[in-house]
Amino acid sequence: MTLSTPRDVRLLDQGLSVGEALAAFNAAHGEAGGIVSFLGKVRPEGDVKALELAHYEPLTLPGMRELTEEAFERFSLDGALVWHRVGTMTPGDTIVLVAAAARHRRNAFEAADFLMDHLKSAAWFWKRERRSDGWHWIEPRGQDHADLARWK
Amino acid sequence: MGVRILFLGPLSDLAGGSEREVAAPLDWAGLLDHVGPDIAEQLGEARVNVACGGKVLADKTALHAQDGDEVALLPPVSGG
Repeated sequence: MTLSTPRDVRLLDQGLSVGEALAAFNAAHGEAGGIVSFLGKVRPEGDVKALELAHYEPLTLPGMRELTEEAFERFSLDGALVWHRVGTMTPGDTIVLVAAAARHRRNAFEAADFLMDHLKSAAWFWKRERRSDGWHWIEPRGQDHADLARWK
Repeated sequence: MGVRILFLGPLSDLAGGSEREVAAPLDWAGLLDHVGPDIAEQLGEARVNVACGGKVLADKTALHAQDGDEVALLPPVSGG
């Protein structure tokens, strides 16, 4: 797997191999003192059968690139990987994979946290779940906005 | 050619479809008129954004879409 360095930002319409992605990211950033990664998954709870993520092509990927750029500068990163799924997923599937490489661990932890808080409630995605009684759009939670406000 | 209105996320359910083609030019009053009262009410909320030609408008009421433009109606997001 070849990554774009130092920033690799992708929208994926099918499943991803987390192991391969992180191994490639680690190999691409030999100079980093630490790498922190976060993997977000479709929760197998209630009677959720499927989850669908919609996006808007002209805004979603450019917005993810700007966000990654911001994280890069703010946390002095050596590298960042920001991958987000679109389309239909089932419980247990990976929705998002974020990894941050930095000289020191604190910056890597904070950058992964920062990226995730923004992907949850400030990136151009819309999520809906299919339950036994049909599709339901997911409203952003108050907690998501509170998480985002921490970085202002 | 006209203006293409895209309804993102939950707005597509309210609109009964994900897109609609209307005559150009299209301004804010024209948009509210075309989408009907339910969606017009949503558009009145600050947390619902409007993009024209691939750019989010800082002031959505200043919308002025020309022939060939795509106008996207963007409800609150939920990613990750």
